[in-house]
Amino acid sequence: MLTLERVDAGYGATSILHAVSLDVRAGEVVTLVGANGAGKTTTLRTIAGLVRPTRGRILFEDEDVTRLSGHEMVERGVTLIPEGRQLFPEMTVRENLLMGAYRRAARGRQMETLGEVLDLFPRVRERLDQNAGSLSGGEQQMVAIARGMMARPKLLMFDEPSLGLAPIVVAQVFAVVDRIVKTGATVLIVEQNVFHTLQVADRGYVLENGEIVLADASAVLLDNDHVRRAYLGI
Amino acid sequence: MDVFLQVFANGVMLGGLFAIVSVGLTLIFGIVKVVNFAHGEFLMVGMYLTYLAVTGLGLHPFAAVILVVPVLFLLGALTQRFLIQPLLAAGDHHIQIFATVGLSTVLINLALLVFGADIANTPPSGLRQPLQIGPVRVLLGQVVILGTAILLVAGLQTFLARTRTGRAIRAVAQNRAAAELMGIDVNRIYALTFGIGAACVGVAAVLIAPLYPTSPNSGTYFVLIAFVIVVLGGLGSIRGAFVGAILIGLIDSVTGFYVGADMREVAVFGVFLAILILKPSGLFGRQLRLSHVSP
Repeated sequence: MLTLERVDAGYGATSILHAVSLDVRAGEVVTLVGANGAGKTTTLRTIAGLVRPTRGRILFEDEDVTRLSGHEMVERGVTLIPEGRQLFPEMTVRENLLMGAYRRAARGRQMETLGEVLDLFPRVRERLDQNAGSLSGGEQQMVAIARGMMARPKLLMFDEPSLGLAPIVVAQVFAVVDRIVKTGATVLIVEQNVFHTLQVADRGYVLENGEIVLADASAVLLDNDHVRRAYLGI
Repeated sequence: MDVFLQVFANGVMLGGLFAIVSVGLTLIFGIVKVVNFAHGEFLMVGMYLTYLAVTGLGLHPFAAVILVVPVLFLLGALTQRFLIQPLLAAGDHHIQIFATVGLSTVLINLALLVFGADIANTPPSGLRQPLQIGPVRVLLGQVVILGTAILLVAGLQTFLARTRTGRAIRAVAQNRAAAELMGIDVNRIYALTFGIGAACVGVAAVLIAPLYPTSPNSGTYFVLIAFVIVVLGGLGSIRGAFVGAILIGLIDSVTGFYVGADMREVAVFGVFLAILILKPSGLFGRQLRLSHVSP
């Protein structure tokens, strides 16, 4: 479904990704593992069309999407749930969710999708008429995930969904991610809790200094000495 | 008492005039975060277009709306797309100020070139007809302007609150990066918003031209007050601009009659300075968030 071929990308004169190649097949859950600054977020932002590659190609469903911008990627079915929630603070939760269904392919069914998504997030349903800015961090993260699902994406990308949340809320976020994965969605996830994510994911890539140094099935990575020492602290 | 009512009515009518000029300015500032110093010249262009439509094509000013508003919409949208957008990408906020000031100078000199420095008087077409409402006497055109200003404010508020495109416009204003992630074409929304703001001043131009003389400097006169009103109401607040406009209209009218005509601007700018000191965010303003403009 998604293929990156030797992609270089960065911000201005700073190059961050070096010849990153990866692929995500339909129905797969893939995770990117790496230290802070390794280039995980930049990889997701490049796929989402927010950072333009300086070299290499990105293919999505056999189309060359290397030069497309963010909103064009959303139209094609790629949705990124960004780090740090990024809600519209002065809109109600309902309006935030409806903005999620801005994608043309999602508009016609937005009310149906809203019902489905709210079944997954009962707490969000209680907050529908509140301003998003007035919610707690955990509630905001739930709204951010729900908003991402409103687009009915073909590929859903998570960037650090549990970052900065209290442990009990982290568990709730993981429960939600697990449920989304079980629906058969195609997911690319970056998450600081590597141990949990590798148990959910089918495959993983290890990024170090902007390069992919390891790629394998999750079970294999969980047994890999380097991964265990560097990312699992075992 | 009747005299006071008349002075009050004059103030409200003047406020309606200020409101209709200010609405587009505050919309553009609130969403695109650009202070459009060419706003007055957009008004001037609209007034000349109305003059041409009425004298050249023999249209009634109300019918001139069909011509003037789309032209102004295009002028605004193209300004955003080809002047502001490349500068937004460059990331420096100051350059946009110079760019719109430059555009204003270009438009004034173009008008001088095409129309000369003489005043163009659009036929009043019945809009100067006086209306007696109880004890007060106003012009038909003034009532039309006030009514249109109210409709414009209410219409814009409803559009922003209730439609998908309106929500997208608010989303871009609140979090540009997140709006892009929703699939919103941010540059398209900016051009659309700039166009709507300019179209609003086009509506104002059609109604003002029959009542006031048109010259290359017409815009400067109205828009200085519009800037005061937009800051007073809270930058970006449409409702604030309306309330601020009526307030300034009343201060202008009451001071002009009871204190002296030469004291009107002293009073208007005195209130303006007082509000800047006491409540810098304006009557309906929130804390300004320009964080996403510069990285």
